[in-house]
Amino acid sequence: MENNIIIDLKNISVAFGDNQVLKNLNLYIRDGEFITLLGPSGCGKTTTLRIIAGFTAPDEGQVYFEGKLINNVPPYKRHVNTVFQRYALFSHLNVYENVAFGLRNKRMKEKEIRETVKQMLELVNLKGFERRHINSLSGGQQQRVAIARALAVNPRVLLLDEPLGALDLKLRKDMQNELKNIQQRLGITFIYVTHDQEEALSMSDTIVVMNNGIIQQIGTPKDIYNEPKNAFVADFIGESNIVDGIMRDDFVVDFSGHRFDCLDKGFAKDEAVDVVVRPEDVDVVPLEKGMLKGTVTSVVFKGVHYEMIVDIGGFKWMIQSTDEQQEGDKIGLYIEPDAIHIMKKSEYSGMFGDYSSFSEEYDELSNAEEPEEADGEEG
Amino acid sequence: MNKSTSLKTKLLNSPYIVWSALFVIAPLIFVVYYSFTDIDGNFTFENVLSLTAYTDTIIRSVWFGVVSTIICLVIAYPIAYIMAHSKAASQRTMMIMVMLPMWMNFLIRTYCWMVLLQDTGIINTFLGKLGISPVHMINTPGAVILGMVYDFLPFMILPIYSVMTKLDPSIVEAAQDLGCNRFAVLRKCVIPLSMPGVISGITMVFVPSVSTFYISQKLGGGSFELIGDVIERLYLTPNQNNVGAALSMFLMILILICMAIMNKFSNSSEEGMVI
Repeated sequence: MENNIIIDLKNISVAFGDNQVLKNLNLYIRDGEFITLLGPSGCGKTTTLRIIAGFTAPDEGQVYFEGKLINNVPPYKRHVNTVFQRYALFSHLNVYENVAFGLRNKRMKEKEIRETVKQMLELVNLKGFERRHINSLSGGQQQRVAIARALAVNPRVLLLDEPLGALDLKLRKDMQNELKNIQQRLGITFIYVTHDQEEALSMSDTIVVMNNGIIQQIGTPKDIYNEPKNAFVADFIGESNIVDGIMRDDFVVDFSGHRFDCLDKGFAKDEAVDVVVRPEDVDVVPLEKGMLKGTVTSVVFKGVHYEMIVDIGGFKWMIQSTDEQQEGDKIGLYIEPDAIHIMKKSEYSGMFGDYSSFSEEYDELSNAEEPEEADGEEG
Repeated sequence: MNKSTSLKTKLLNSPYIVWSALFVIAPLIFVVYYSFTDIDGNFTFENVLSLTAYTDTIIRSVWFGVVSTIICLVIAYPIAYIMAHSKAASQRTMMIMVMLPMWMNFLIRTYCWMVLLQDTGIINTFLGKLGISPVHMINTPGAVILGMVYDFLPFMILPIYSVMTKLDPSIVEAAQDLGCNRFAVLRKCVIPLSMPGVISGITMVFVPSVSTFYISQKLGGGSFELIGDVIERLYLTPNQNNVGAALSMFLMILILICMAIMNKFSNSSEEGMVI
């Protein structure tokens, strides 16, 4: 395992003025994996990427590339290339020259350049666009040029800073697939930064969830979704009902006034814990058969399912079900043991997972994309 | 709908149309008219033909204009670059430093340089105190060009600075990322992308340099008459207005040709338009 680590960040700390952006971050990245840094704006994910690229120097800590310390290696000598958030294409050059830019810096022969540019444009489905002017391209096409430009120089690691953020939903989905394909075909390491949890889940081999400059959890998409480490991760990735519980014994937990069987163990007897139940894992059953009983307070039709807020003893749960219920209905809820996930108490306990103040609009706003730390950079 | 909007547009435009007709188009027509008529109003080519007498002046004007434009560019580009890459607060301070001389009257600025450069002026007095023999500076081509550079430098700095502040910093990072060291970033990215600012700076310095007057009279001691000075002299001399008009027209055509060349040059490498 140890020998295929391509990038190793050790004890990295960065502050812009009073703003501590990264706090003692440790992260290693394996060669050839698709790793995603996921978190809300200001969590330090872009800064981490910029440290790997060499645009930002860490205040403390070491950056290793294939075991060699590269803290003092300037960006133009690193074997990593970046796809920038707003493309950063050279508007004074056409598509061909943009892709050839890095190759010319390598003093490659004109014939080889022509060959490589052709290959790259084919790779990103932009055949025949060589002579087009950058400003005449759509956002998606510009994004493809940016990817081709970065890949043309044959980097060991490609850094992608929210590359799909500016594209519309449909195009974003297509590009997600395409990026994943390109990564698999070339077999190089992709380090991908995004605040979009769904994007992270569908593309990554490994997800690194960050908040406030600290890594909250590292794992595969399945791990992150099914076994979140704390309330922050559970809330940020997908929807979660997070309630206080008490672990009575291995495989037995009490919450919401009921005793449940679960699959978790290794907690102290009667330890206070956070219990996560995903909205789609709760079955709606007739009142008398329910383990929990509650009142439906709102119903929203989402296409594939109905999204309901259910009041259970004063705590608002989100439940997703394909059966329609009416507001005010009293329903029973059934939770299987494997739908229950137990987490140790953390600093985030009690901050998330209650849907009493839930509104779609608010959710959208808090996820809205903001230019990350970039402002704090220069002073 | 369409018609009413266009009527509205016309109404809104009319003051500007009237203004430019009265104060731009009409004077131009007069200049052309006077260029081709004699003092009695008869058509003639004599004014235009008599311009050959001013060949030296014309060449000197263009030469001085080119030299001061180049000096302005060489000085202004690094200043603009440094300004654009400074913190907001220091950018404002530097901007004021650049603008400050422009708040002072043009004639007074030129007079100040006279006081500084004279054989018995401030600089030579100071040099004398240091035991260095006086340097003759006033009434040399250098003094005239110095005056031009001093007066027109802000017009070079401002457009370049304004283009540079709009450059996305991630473009520079992208260039570094793709293997450019600092020098290559400048050569392959910053300079090409700042060309629209350079072109408009060149135009804004070259045009007033070529047509300037007064600077050469005061700092050149009358030995380096430029087109502007000649035009002034011709208009102040009775019966010479028509020759003055012809020279003005010639100067305008000269400037138009220079600008056309500049724009052509900028179009071939840029899509950013100037002026």
